[in-house]
Amino acid sequence: MLPEKRAHELERRAHRRRSIDRWFGRLGMVLTLTTLGILAVLLLNLAVNGLSRIDWHFLTSFPSRRAAEAGILSAWVGTLLLMIVTASVAIPFGIAAGIYLEEYAPKNRWTDFIEINIANLAGVPSILYGLMALGLFVYSFRFGQSILSGGLALACLVLPIVIVATRESLRSIPAMIREAAFALGATRWQAVWHHLLPYSTGGIATGVILAMSRAIGESAPLITIGALTFIAFLPPPALHSTPPFVSFEWLFSPYSALPIQMFNWVSRPGEEFQANAAAAGLVLMVITLSMNGAAILIRRRAQRNITW
Amino acid sequence: MSTVPAQDPNPPSASSTRPRPPSPAASPSADQASIKVSIRNLNFFYGSHQVLRGVSLDIPAYQVTALIGPSGCGKTTLLRCLNRMHDLYPGNRYEGTVQLQPGNTDILGPGMDPIQVRMRCGMVFQKPNPFPKSIYENVAYGLRLQGMNRRRDLDERVEKALREAALWEEVKSRLHQLAHNLSGGQQQRLCIARAIATDPDVVLFDEPTSALDPIATSKIEELIVELKKRVTVIIVTHNLQQAGRISDMTAFMYLGELIEFGETNRVFTNPAKPQTEDYISGRFG
Amino acid sequence: MVWILRIGGWASVLVTFGIIVTLVTESAPFFAKVPLIRLVKDTMWTPLFSEPQYGIGALLAGTMVTTLVALSVAVPLGTILAIYLSEFAPSRFRELVKPMLELLSAVPTVVYGYFALLALTPLLQKIYPDLPQFSMLSAGLIMGIMIVPYVTSLGEDSMRSVPMLLREGAYALGDGKLGVAVRVVFPGAFSGLAAAYVLAISRAVGETMIVAIAAGLQPRMTINPLESAATVTAFIVQVSLGDLPHGSIGYQSIFVAGAMLFLLTLGFNLAGHGLRKKFHRAS
Repeated sequence: MLPEKRAHELERRAHRRRSIDRWFGRLGMVLTLTTLGILAVLLLNLAVNGLSRIDWHFLTSFPSRRAAEAGILSAWVGTLLLMIVTASVAIPFGIAAGIYLEEYAPKNRWTDFIEINIANLAGVPSILYGLMALGLFVYSFRFGQSILSGGLALACLVLPIVIVATRESLRSIPAMIREAAFALGATRWQAVWHHLLPYSTGGIATGVILAMSRAIGESAPLITIGALTFIAFLPPPALHSTPPFVSFEWLFSPYSALPIQMFNWVSRPGEEFQANAAAAGLVLMVITLSMNGAAILIRRRAQRNITW
Repeated sequence: MSTVPAQDPNPPSASSTRPRPPSPAASPSADQASIKVSIRNLNFFYGSHQVLRGVSLDIPAYQVTALIGPSGCGKTTLLRCLNRMHDLYPGNRYEGTVQLQPGNTDILGPGMDPIQVRMRCGMVFQKPNPFPKSIYENVAYGLRLQGMNRRRDLDERVEKALREAALWEEVKSRLHQLAHNLSGGQQQRLCIARAIATDPDVVLFDEPTSALDPIATSKIEELIVELKKRVTVIIVTHNLQQAGRISDMTAFMYLGELIEFGETNRVFTNPAKPQTEDYISGRFG
Repeated sequence: MVWILRIGGWASVLVTFGIIVTLVTESAPFFAKVPLIRLVKDTMWTPLFSEPQYGIGALLAGTMVTTLVALSVAVPLGTILAIYLSEFAPSRFRELVKPMLELLSAVPTVVYGYFALLALTPLLQKIYPDLPQFSMLSAGLIMGIMIVPYVTSLGEDSMRSVPMLLREGAYALGDGKLGVAVRVVFPGAFSGLAAAYVLAISRAVGETMIVAIAAGLQPRMTINPLESAATVTAFIVQVSLGDLPHGSIGYQSIFVAGAMLFLLTLGFNLAGHGLRKKFHRAS
């Protein structure tokens, strides 16, 4: 090939390749911003439709057939109580499982089985946790359609999140830290408790927050168990002024929850109920986004503070 | 495959670590050959750190030029300037000119598209890096990039490249199997076939045998000596014996500067600069 | 001390065990009464009618159509974003964008359902006025958006772990960024990407609230996304909203649906897990 003709041909191709690259770069940027923009549009929509409904009255009233008078009191109290149950179960079991699988379990078929199991659980649709809770907690264990059943269902749901987060943050600690502890004569538990856990608090905290954020937003399992949507009362208080001072009656009480309330309002025709739904959604989004945001910040700070 | 003359013109000297240069008949002298790449005052900066200082060098065509020197001397950096690989990473800056023949193209020119430069050069890397594709598609990759897409043309060029890389007989019955199934040495020869398929003006070898066993290494060295009949070869190597075995010209670099450049024969037996002599005799590595 | 940890380790197994046992025991009576062939032969899914029909085809059609609509958004968009973030975007931009994309998948699904029904559907109706209030299209599109981060995150991670040496080989031949991304990086990361796609399918199949709110609760045997239909998950929600005496046919039917769902997603999850392991072994 004559040098001139060839050089020309190569130049043409190089130029075209470069412009394709430029165009794809622009496309990628546009699509990224659009996708993120959807999140912004979502928030905006909720705010436009629901912000006006959020006031003290809204936050402290029970739901009502009259849309203008309805509020989310029973819903957010229910969510709060649910989270207490969920956290009390998922966090200890999840962290324990994470520590066991990462630091203690021998590498054999059983451990592989547990790992596959966790990977599967993370992908099991949330409604199936509701079905399990319905058969097991509500009926077999006779907990009934109560906060206890709901909280346990959510705990099972988010358990894999806590386990994986604990494992990953333990895994990111280099082997030499463990070896240093063992060389000094520490038992495995001492190494974990005094050296590994302190370094992994950032990662574990991130996982816990993400798990709780997920639990707060879940509604499918709760619907299956029978969380009622028209609850005009609060569960009985946990603290009394008379002995024995602490009561667990609230665990067995029927309840509502924020996402359930929103679901109920979305299903009702009429602009006023839709405004209520938007308001509930806004509250949910603020909670979810701030928890996720906090988790991201904690993760960043943990990664920055510790450099191996 | 250099023949050993009956009477060794270069009797081993006191420091027996000096490698054997190739016999004179195998390599034409530098002033007879034309120049393929002309490097003038090349400076290279990585951020604010200067890696190459004022390198000027004329690479002769259809010969093997070796770049040698201790770790960190800039030989690989120099090689990668020639096909603008540094452009792939931020923070790099070139100064000076590099003219590629034919066409007197300034590789570092302000309007010069690196993609265009790279289509005229072939590169073989330290570790074999075949694409996750069939053997055929690996070799055809560069050809397709340059616009060849007719099956018959591709088949012809792929076979030619594989023959020139001494790999055809071993793979002709499994061209459409994945390249990963080949051994390390075969993979590297595949990468060579891939690099020469497009008929480049110059082929750049970056320590091509450092990851290979001695048998695979010697196969590739034979290959390179054959290749120079058709294409200009520049090879970076930290293996002095290898440079001695296969190259016609040798450039010795140290701390980013070109210390000495000349016929391999001469540089190894009669180095002009003390640093060259020190390096060749193994006083530092 | 260790025994406490060991209990924790097996807790996850207990959960799986709980799910499987519950699904089996609560749906067993149903299968005792209803021959399996009816699940295939019947044309409608109306187990609570006085003349019940047990054709699950309607529910599966709903799930399949909404999943396909979601994938038709999530796979192309997610893949393009993964390529862009991995091969084109400067690292600071990528570090900023990745957590923000994660937020998309953290939005409560009931909020997405609200958005699909009350914001997207009216918008779509402006383009296609005959679109009903509930449609699989609307629900599917929003589901797709929700799933994009799954595809992008796993996909981008897989692509970034393809070694630079491989890319350099392609650049050295004169290829451009997109060419290298599509011809070398994408095939190199393929098992990781396939894992991402499979897990996206699993997520779409299991989604409940978005379809329950926006796609409708009436089982309908149709593959037209412009119609409303119930998915397997939406059916469970619909029945749960009503009265569910323990052991009634309605009660059993939701466990049957749940069992189907479990088998479907189990298959996808195992495939995805296997593909991911294959990718890690190869790299």
